[in-house]
Amino acid sequence: MHKLLAGQSARRMFLLGNEAIARGAVEAGLAVGATYPGTPSSEISNALFEMSRESDLYFEYSANEKVALEVAAAAACSGLRSMAIMKHVGLNVAADPLLTLAYLGVKGGMVVVTADDPLMFSSQNEQDNRYYGKLAGIPVLEPSSVEEAKEMVRYAFDLSEKVGEPVLFRTTTRINHSTGVVTPGELLPVKTTGDFEKDPFRWVPIPAVARNLHVKLLKNLEEAKRLSETCGYNFTVGGGTWGIICNGVSYNYVSDGIKDLGIEDRVRILRIGFSHPLPEKLIKTFLAGCEKVLVVEEGEPYMEEAVKAFAQEEGLTIPIKGKAPDLLSRLYEFDPAMVRKAMAAYFGVSYTPAVLPDLSDIPEIPQRPPNLCAGCSHRASFYIVKKAAEGMQTIYPSDIGCYTLGILPPLEMADYLLCMGSSLGAGCGFSKSTDKKVISFIGDSTFFHSGIPGLINAIFNNHNMTLVILDNGTTAMTGHQPNPGVDMSTLNLSGYGRVSIEEVVRGVGAPFVTVIQPLKVKKSIEAVREALAFKGVSVVISRQICTLYAKALKLDSKRTFRISDRCKGHRNCIDELGCPAFFSKDGKVQIDAGLCAGCAVCAQICPENAIIPAKD
Amino acid sequence: MNTTRLIIVAVGGQGNLLASSILGEAALLSNIPVRMSEIHGMAQRGGVVESAMLFGDGASTVISDGEADVLVGFEPSETLRALKKCNKDTVVVTNLAPLPPFTVAIGKGVYPDLAKLQELIRAKTGKLIAVDAMELAKQAGSTLAVNMVLLGATMQTGKIPVSPENVKEAIRTKVKQAFVEINLKAFELGFAAARTGRS
Repeated sequence: MHKLLAGQSARRMFLLGNEAIARGAVEAGLAVGATYPGTPSSEISNALFEMSRESDLYFEYSANEKVALEVAAAAACSGLRSMAIMKHVGLNVAADPLLTLAYLGVKGGMVVVTADDPLMFSSQNEQDNRYYGKLAGIPVLEPSSVEEAKEMVRYAFDLSEKVGEPVLFRTTTRINHSTGVVTPGELLPVKTTGDFEKDPFRWVPIPAVARNLHVKLLKNLEEAKRLSETCGYNFTVGGGTWGIICNGVSYNYVSDGIKDLGIEDRVRILRIGFSHPLPEKLIKTFLAGCEKVLVVEEGEPYMEEAVKAFAQEEGLTIPIKGKAPDLLSRLYEFDPAMVRKAMAAYFGVSYTPAVLPDLSDIPEIPQRPPNLCAGCSHRASFYIVKKAAEGMQTIYPSDIGCYTLGILPPLEMADYLLCMGSSLGAGCGFSKSTDKKVISFIGDSTFFHSGIPGLINAIFNNHNMTLVILDNGTTAMTGHQPNPGVDMSTLNLSGYGRVSIEEVVRGVGAPFVTVIQPLKVKKSIEAVREALAFKGVSVVISRQICTLYAKALKLDSKRTFRISDRCKGHRNCIDELGCPAFFSKDGKVQIDAGLCAGCAVCAQICPENAIIPAKD
Repeated sequence: MNTTRLIIVAVGGQGNLLASSILGEAALLSNIPVRMSEIHGMAQRGGVVESAMLFGDGASTVISDGEADVLVGFEPSETLRALKKCNKDTVVVTNLAPLPPFTVAIGKGVYPDLAKLQELIRAKTGKLIAVDAMELAKQAGSTLAVNMVLLGATMQTGKIPVSPENVKEAIRTKVKQAFVEINLKAFELGFAAARTGRS
């Protein structure tokens, strides 16, 4: 049995935040879950997908976050408990249905998980998604710890049903990827079959209907505000006249910092866990008892601005600060010392920071950036395109996935990136705005997610560009989740369809399509040259399974290669491919047999044919 | 109870997430409050993996610069890179077997000299325990047991408020049955080596 399906009597568990969230959802009787994977949210979905195979839960990997949210919305409108899980930028994709779903409302509890990523450990921006709650007019909950996350997810479903709206459950990476001790709770039975009652004047927001629905939304929002005022997740600790209002992980840093500074008797904390709508009366009462107030929140001054507005309404002129050059930043994530320092500065408490070691005499340590894996087919594809495009002035719009790592030397094959699918739209724009040859790269999962409309656009508007679809048969970056192109029978799963990228590309009318096998270097370069010469939209599908995934499925080649005495030290292999299996020893390039995946790409480009299979 | 702050840095694939989850499990067995956070964004693609573990009272799961009580580095240059987490009292445990980053192979950096590296760490921290965890892992029966060697060496410092017996118990439950013996042996070798490897 999956460890997260253990009964209430199971012993306490040391769980990842994402596992705790998945457990909380299962305890709440989650019936339908849908996701598009994205770090730092991915493990929630991995756990739910695994559990769905041995429980009544239905869970799917949807084509993108918009679809995932719509799947969950329909389930909730049919009276089932549902959840849509995504990273913060995924909610941008799902924003369209979310904002109107707030008008329609839900019957069964629906939770939308948004995993924000302050400091951008694995994201292209650090947007603060609390504003989506405000924009849509739906409740927002934010846990401060792994333990609380599990309890709060359960509450989120109840809250959603009480208010009749989806609830935004907002985490940050330090909740998702923290681990803590969690006590299992009761598993509620799952209601697996819902019923959708036809009521077009509720579910079909044509203008005349939507005007009424907006009125209903504002009423629901009033109810949510009433609940926020008394919700146990908005609470006060301590009793001094220095006030601190905080949320999420900042609450932990504040709690620890107050002890470190020895100001427990001076400070009163208001921890906000239900952050939209904010508990206005609670905050106003809190302010009335304070001489000065510090607002501690990562990201944007979401609470700070509201708190200042509440103070103005009450005619309070006490100092209220948060984001300021000498206090707290809108940038990146906080840490305990940063918050301690801000508290000490604001309240005028003396404080001796930890003495950091003098690092001025430390030699420069070589960087260790993440790299495409040894044997990664993307490396071969980039090399092939680079060779085929030799002599051309090129622009390489890239996309979101492992292949974004093509940005690094020696490949340097990523010039522009916005978001999922942007390689196509931006490629169209570059083809009209410059005289350079546009070659866009997109992965298989990203192509299904949001590449297809861009391709259709390129064909319809007859843009002159080449699209290279890097089809490695999985959603690799986030941990090998399935996508619509995956043959699910290789995972011993039945009942799935499968979408062929080649048929999609041909079906939408791409005038030039070629499929390459990137581990065959010479032949592939020829094929790509033809595609680049084509005027209009040409598509190259570069098809080769992800080497890590192949290993996991035990489909990997067991052979490795070595560099023989024929090597004359041209260094094309190491200098042009940059495979991490190479290393230099005494001025000679060698191959680490422990890393070599046997792709043989280097063997094909060595001018001396010096790279040969290793025979043990 | 006091808070003990432990940072573990490693290169993707060295198994530090298993090592830290074993320590967490052992803390659970010992009834010691424990919290952890990990940064493993692109671990499988050769990047740096960092775990922060906090034992005892407190709520944070992050360790600020200068505030680690113990730093464990699974790779020598990564131990050096993480030195900003230390202060003059920090106990440092490091592996001495280098895994040079790829940037060195393509001439974009020079791997630090190991003797100099140890000298620098020793001068700036409370204590340095340096072991060749790769060699000891081989002795235990698998190059993959580097993590258990370093876990053993870390436990020998006496800085982690968890008993070595509970760590061994956690190894028995968390590690695949076929590898338990090798892992326990690696743990013991690391524990023993830390007695002599301190400097």
